[in-house]
Amino acid sequence: MTGGAPGRSLWQDARRRLLRNRAAVTAMVILAIIILLVTAAPWLSPWQFDQIDWDRLSIPPDPASRHWFGTDAVGRDLFVRTLLGGRVSLLVGVVATLVSLAIGVTWGAVAGYLGGRVDAVMMRVVDILYAMPFMFFVILLMVFFGRDILLLFVAIGAINWLDMARIVRGQTLALKQREFVEAAVASGLTTPAIIGRHIVPNLLGVVAVYVTLTIPQVILVESFLSFLGLGVQEPFTSWGALVNDGAQEIESAPWSLLFPASFLAVTLFCFNFIGDGLRDALDPRDR
Amino acid sequence: MLYYALKRLLGALPTLFLLLTLAFFMMRLAPGGPFDSEKSLPPEIQANLDRKYHLDEPLPAQYLRYLGDLLRGDLGPSFQYQDYTVNELIAAGFPVSARLGLLAMALAVVLGVALGTLAALHQNRPADHAVMTLAMTGISIPNFVLAPLLILLFAVHLGWLPAGGWNGSRWQNLVLPVIALALPLVAYIARLTRGSMIEVLRAPFIRTARAKGLPEHTLILRHALKPALLPVVSFLGPATAAILTGSVVVEQIFGIPGLGRHFVQGALNRDYTLVMGVVIFYGALIILFNFIVDLLYAVLDPRVRYR
Amino acid sequence: MALLEVRDLEIRFHTDDGEVRAVNGLSFRLERGETLGIVGESGSGKSQAVLGLMGLLADNGRLRGSVRFDGEELTRLPRNALARLRGRRIAMVFQDPLSALNPHLTVERQMTEVLTRHEGMGRRAARRRAIEMLEAVQVPDAARRIRRYPHEFSGGMRQRVVIAMALLCRPDLLIADEPTTALDVTVQAQVLRLLRDLQQRFHMSILLITHDLGVVAGLSDRVLVMYAGRACEEAGVRELFHHPRHPYTLGLLQSVPRLDTPAGEPLRAIPGSPPSLLQLPAGCAFAERCPRARPACRETPPAMREIAPGHHLACHLEPPP
Repeated sequence: MTGGAPGRSLWQDARRRLLRNRAAVTAMVILAIIILLVTAAPWLSPWQFDQIDWDRLSIPPDPASRHWFGTDAVGRDLFVRTLLGGRVSLLVGVVATLVSLAIGVTWGAVAGYLGGRVDAVMMRVVDILYAMPFMFFVILLMVFFGRDILLLFVAIGAINWLDMARIVRGQTLALKQREFVEAAVASGLTTPAIIGRHIVPNLLGVVAVYVTLTIPQVILVESFLSFLGLGVQEPFTSWGALVNDGAQEIESAPWSLLFPASFLAVTLFCFNFIGDGLRDALDPRDR
Repeated sequence: MLYYALKRLLGALPTLFLLLTLAFFMMRLAPGGPFDSEKSLPPEIQANLDRKYHLDEPLPAQYLRYLGDLLRGDLGPSFQYQDYTVNELIAAGFPVSARLGLLAMALAVVLGVALGTLAALHQNRPADHAVMTLAMTGISIPNFVLAPLLILLFAVHLGWLPAGGWNGSRWQNLVLPVIALALPLVAYIARLTRGSMIEVLRAPFIRTARAKGLPEHTLILRHALKPALLPVVSFLGPATAAILTGSVVVEQIFGIPGLGRHFVQGALNRDYTLVMGVVIFYGALIILFNFIVDLLYAVLDPRVRYR
Repeated sequence: MALLEVRDLEIRFHTDDGEVRAVNGLSFRLERGETLGIVGESGSGKSQAVLGLMGLLADNGRLRGSVRFDGEELTRLPRNALARLRGRRIAMVFQDPLSALNPHLTVERQMTEVLTRHEGMGRRAARRRAIEMLEAVQVPDAARRIRRYPHEFSGGMRQRVVIAMALLCRPDLLIADEPTTALDVTVQAQVLRLLRDLQQRFHMSILLITHDLGVVAGLSDRVLVMYAGRACEEAGVRELFHHPRHPYTLGLLQSVPRLDTPAGEPLRAIPGSPPSLLQLPAGCAFAERCPRARPACRETPPAMREIAPGHHLACHLEPPP
C-alpha cells in the first residue's frame, strides 16, 4: 500500500503514533527540561561560571554554599559550568546540524532531481569523500588553525552532510516519478522552483528523522574534540571539556565526572529515542 | 571476481590521493611554521632547519617531494621527538593499537550480532526491549565517558583491574580498554542486526523455507543469518574508522602507548609531521579496510559477484 | 473421507488500527486428486486462508475454526508436528519464484535440505532425487544447473525449480498461490500444462489460489469464489462459468475480456471497491456494490446453501439471480 501524496493525514497519523510511543514522549519531556535548565542557568545559582570560590576547592555537592554539584579543582561552581557547557554543546549540535542540512539537502536534491551524468558525478564525489577519515581532518584543522568555535561549527557541519545527501538523493529519485512532480514539470515550472516547491517539502519526513539523529552525533564530535583539548577553550566549557576535567580527578572527585557525563549521556539518549520514535512514526512498517 | 577486485581497488585510489593532497596543503597553509614554538631561533639556524626539512623550496616542489617520499613509505622525521622518524613511532605504536582494535572489533561483532539476533527473534517482547534499551544506552554513552566510568567502578572501587598502563599487554590491562572501545559498537551492531534480521525474516524466501517444514534453527542459521549480516559487513568499514577514532581517546585515558596516544600528543605539541603521518596511516588503513569489506561483501552475496 | 476439510475458518490480525478480519467463516472440502480453485481479488482473504491452514500466519494473526487434513486436526497440532507435515505431505508454490527462493543458497542446497529434513536422506541420494525432480519439471541440463544460484535462472525456469522443490517428497496436497502471475504469458501456459501433467503423474490434490479466471478454467475441477473473507459461490468449473449465480461472480466474469465478446462492447468493471476489513458491514459484504441489493442484504450476512447439485451460493436474492 503506497497511499496518496503525503498530505495532512500522514502527518496527523505520524503525530498520533509518535505521541503513543512512551519512550519518545518521555525523552521529549526530559530534553525540554534540560533545555530549560540550560537556558535559565544564570538565574538558578548565585555563582558565575568563571568565578573562583577560594574557600571551597574541589568540594562535593554542598547545598549550604549553593554549590549544588560541588566545585572543580580550581573552585569553580560545577552546577553553573555543567549547564553553561550544555549551552555550548547543544548550540554546536544545532548549528552544525543546520550547516550539514543545508549542504546535504541541496546536494542530494539537485543530484537526484537532475539525474543522469550530473547525478553520477555528484554521487561519485560523495563516495570518495565518504571513505575519508574526516574526524582526523577536523582534528588537523583544529590543531593547525587554532581552536576557533566558528571553525568548529563549519568543520563538523561539513563532514556530516554526506549521509544527508545520500538519503535526500534516494528520496528525490523516488519522488521524481510521482504524479504531482510530473504534473509540475508538464505545467512548465522551472527546475529550481520544482525542487524548492515540490521536492524539498516532501522530504521533510526523512529530514526530520535525520536531523534528530544528527544532533547527538554532532554533540558527540564536539565533546570528543573538547575532550582532547581541541574544542572549546577555557574559561568557556562544554560537556566534553568537563568530562575531560572530571576524568583527571576521577579518584579524588568523582562528582566532577558524574554530573557532566550524565547530562551528556541523557541528552544523547533523548535525541536518539526521539529520532527512533520519529522514524517509526513516519515509517510504521519498520516495527 | 578478479575484475571486481581491480575495479574496487581503482575506485579507492582517488580517495587516497585526495587524502594525501588535502593533508599536505592543510599543513602548509597552517599559520606559523613547525618550529614556532621553540621561541625565536637565530636566523641561520632557522634557515638551516628550513633547508634540512626542504621548507625553502617552492610549494609544488615540496608537494612532489612529499608524494615521492610517501611512495617510498617515508613519512619524514618527527619534529618533536628529534631522534625518531615518524615511521619508527608508527611502527612502535601500531602493534599495540592493532591488538586493542582487533580485539574490540571481534568482541563488537560477536556480541552485537548475537544480541541483535536475540532481539529480532523476540521482537516486541521483554528480551527485545531489554536488548534495545541496553543498545540505546551504549550508543548514548561515548567511549570517553564510558572509559573513566569503567575505571571508577572496576579499578577504583572494586580494584579488580588496573586503571591503566600496558604492561607488555597483560590481559588484565587489556580488559577495560577493549570494553570501552567495543561497547558503543556492540550497541550499534546489535541495532543493525536486529533491524536487518527482522526484515529478512519477513522476506518471502523465509516463508518458503517455513513452508518446506524446516525447523526454526535451520531457518535462522542457514537461511536468515547470511543476508541479515550483509548490512553488518558493510558497517565494518565505518566501524574501523570508529575504532581508530575511539582508540585515540581510550589510549589517552588508559595511558596505552599506541598510535592514538602519539596522535593526541602530536596534536597538542603541534608535531605536524607526526600528526600528518598518523592521519595518512589511519586514512590508508580505513581505505584498505573498506576495500576488504567490499570484497567480503561480494563473496557473501552471490548476486554481486557476477555483476 | 476428503483429503482436506476446512470448517468455519476465521483469521484475524491485530494491528495498531484495529482488528483486521481477513477470513470470516470459510468452509470447503478438497477430495484426493481433485483441484479446487479459489478465486478472489487481492485482499479477499484467499492467500491468508491457505497460509493459515499451513500454520504460516504472521505473528499478529489468530486463527479459529477447524482444518482436517487426512482426518487429522491441524489447528490442534503442536508447531513441531505441523512443521513435519509441511514440505512433506503439504507443499506450497508461491507467486514470485525469484523472491520465493533464497538468493544466497544454491538451488541444490535449497532442494536437498527438504529431503534431508523429511526423509533423512544423505547428501548424495538427496542430490540424485533433486536432479530427477528437476528433470521431471523439464529443467534442461539439470545435473549442471542445480549448482547455480536462483538469480541465474530465467523466470519460467525458476518457477519450475520452485515446483520441483515442492514435489520432492511427493506431497498429497499442493497449494499453489498465484503460481503463474509473475510469469510471461507464454510461460504461464507451459507452467499450467506442467502442473496438470504432474498432478496426474503424482496423483495429488491441488489448491489453486488465483485472481485469474483463465487460470482457474484451465486447471480446476471446482471453483470457490471469495469476497471480503467469505465464500460467496462454489460450483463445478463448467457450471460456474456457464451458470454464475452470485452477482459478484457475474461481475468477475463480465470484467474478463473474451474472444467471443462482440467487438466494440465495453468491458464492464464492477463499480466501487471492496469493504474495509477493519469494519465489515453487518449484512452481505457485497451489498454496497451489488446492482440488485435490497434492504435485507444490509442486515444479515447470507448463509451458504445448495441451489443445485454441487452448486452452493451465499445470496439473499430470491429467486437467486
